[in-house]
Amino acid sequence: MTINWFKFASPAAFYPIAGRLIPWFGRVALALVLIGLFWGFFLTADQLGGSNPQKEYYRIIYVHVPAAWMSMWLYLVLAGWSAIGLVFNTRLSFMMAKAVAPTGAIFTFLALWTGALWGRPSWGTYWDWDPRLTSELLLFFLYIGYIALHSAIDDTRRADRAAALLAIVGLVMVPVIFLSINCPDPNQCAALHQRSDPGSIHLSILIPMLTMTLGLWSYSFAAVFARLRTIILTREADHAWVSDVIAKEATA
Amino acid sequence: MVSRCSHPQPNLLMLDVSDLACRRGERLLFSDLSFQVPAETLVHVRGRNGSGKTTLLRALCGLLRADAGSIRWRGEPIRDLAEDYNRDLLYFGHLNGIKADLTGLENLRIASTLDQDPTDADAIVAALSRIGLEGFEDLPTRMLSQGQKKRVALARLILSKAPLWILDEPFTALDVDAVDLLQQLIAEQVARGGSVILTTHQEVPLTSGAIQRLTLGEASDPVSSENTESSC
Amino acid sequence: MLKVFYCVLSRDITLALRRRTDVLTTLFFFIIVVSLFPLGVGSEREQLRMLGPGVVWVAALLASMLALERLFAADYDDGTLEQLLLTGQPLALLVLGKVVAHWLLTGLPLVLIAPLVAMQYHLSSTAIWVMMAALAIGTPVLSLIGAIGAALTLGLRGGGILLSLLILPLYVPVLVYGAGAVSVSAIEIADTQPYFYLLTAFLMGSSLLAPLAAAAALRISLE
Repeated sequence: MTINWFKFASPAAFYPIAGRLIPWFGRVALALVLIGLFWGFFLTADQLGGSNPQKEYYRIIYVHVPAAWMSMWLYLVLAGWSAIGLVFNTRLSFMMAKAVAPTGAIFTFLALWTGALWGRPSWGTYWDWDPRLTSELLLFFLYIGYIALHSAIDDTRRADRAAALLAIVGLVMVPVIFLSINCPDPNQCAALHQRSDPGSIHLSILIPMLTMTLGLWSYSFAAVFARLRTIILTREADHAWVSDVIAKEATA
Repeated sequence: MVSRCSHPQPNLLMLDVSDLACRRGERLLFSDLSFQVPAETLVHVRGRNGSGKTTLLRALCGLLRADAGSIRWRGEPIRDLAEDYNRDLLYFGHLNGIKADLTGLENLRIASTLDQDPTDADAIVAALSRIGLEGFEDLPTRMLSQGQKKRVALARLILSKAPLWILDEPFTALDVDAVDLLQQLIAEQVARGGSVILTTHQEVPLTSGAIQRLTLGEASDPVSSENTESSC
Repeated sequence: MLKVFYCVLSRDITLALRRRTDVLTTLFFFIIVVSLFPLGVGSEREQLRMLGPGVVWVAALLASMLALERLFAADYDDGTLEQLLLTGQPLALLVLGKVVAHWLLTGLPLVLIAPLVAMQYHLSSTAIWVMMAALAIGTPVLSLIGAIGAALTLGLRGGGILLSLLILPLYVPVLVYGAGAVSVSAIEIADTQPYFYLLTAFLMGSSLLAPLAAAAALRISLE
């Protein structure tokens, strides 16, 4: 049995589907974020680490890390939809990419901001040129570049395609950029391998963190679909089905 | 490279356009546009301002991706042919496409080198003198008048061996003599088995071959195309 | 192939030589930016020696980017770019020709003037040699990557500022290893070789991929 995916690739077909999915993703997001925050803030250990423990303030990790994970994942999604759009020339993919960008940028900003708040008590400074913070900052610039290029071009098709190409160029460059930030001195690149992996995080911290991540992930779906519906309506304004939808929603 | 136009077969189907649709921004310019361009044919595209004439020509060149439909050159989609199609094509747009800081001679030499169509300096000088720019070959084109610049660009038509010419408003800014010459060049191109697609408000008389008229209508109207076979 | 590449290259160089001021503006921009830093941060020798590599590289980044704005713009305005797209030659090859010409006109002068500005920062002669070598390998990468941005922002309002927003983050690796090589050369025991391996790898990668991406961007921008 094969599903005709291209049927859903039409903006007119996807518009109502997105509309029906938004409340569900919204509810799941709210539930998971509340559970994750409650669990993280009240049910986990008061301190983190051994000899020089971080006190209560470490709990910002439950916002900081999920936001950072989402910011990176959403850039992959953005570049992925861009590539699909360029290869198959499907309009919905470009709209999807455009809808993802602001959410990704918001998560990147959130990760930077919470990072600064966390850095103040633990490192004694709001900002440090820590490799991960710097990487996140550059990721933020990549998002801003995408959004700026898209909004600078009046012609929708050119805007879609140009910004998509930029997203892909960015994706190709990301490993090199991250390498240069993590390993500025190639003579002693050992630092690159001393990364914390999720396995080393204690389960009682990891589980609420993952709950939060799933919550933010659901939120991303809801926010992206909501934005996507607006984009679809604006772009398809001269199609008959849009006036039908507007007439129906006006009576409802 | 090998120029395939050297042995043109009469009545061979060159360009085949089917169900073409183009939008500009969110506006549909035309849709379901189908026509064929055989050899020895002049296609005269007409339509009001904003009816999509330039868009159509740019789509036919492959500069612009049409929203629907297909364009085939000798049976192959032009997207697949890519550079091979470009070699058979000469496009003349709103902009002259000549560098103001280079002389007419240099401009034409670069154009012919990039077309991999080695032309010696004598042929270029001859082309420039035919177009009425004798003695101006070595002047930077920025010293020339608007009409003269256009003539430099038109000299490419004399040198061209491409079987398909696509000309967007080639007659604007030309004086009477130049208009005559251009009409002559177009007639020659059709007579030797080539095709010309152009937009203009000027009538172009032919010595042999056929004229096809294509009228782009209102944005929402279906496009009407009338064929008038006329051998003058 | 080579003939076409050479044709585009000589065309752009001829054009630039008929408008020499454009080339000189970039060069003087570079010199001025580098000269302003000591006025801002103070002229203490040790401090300047430490800042030197980074400052020179950032100035090179900015100078190369300013010049990039004009890479395709003139051809776009007079319609020759449209003709280049329709020549029947691989567009990436033509783009590569234009980028190489652009580097010879704006990048190479920076490499050659580097010893002069490096002296303002009291860099040792070893450091100066390393800096010239690093600039010679690194600045072509800047031109190549920048060409993509120049093609994407073609004909847009405020294209220059937008270009810097898009491209500067992508310049980070060249900046890090280019400046890193010069800083490291001041230390006796340290080895600059890995830096040059990486810069060369960037150069090879970008000369393969960037012309393709820039060609695709030009097609998008000219639609």
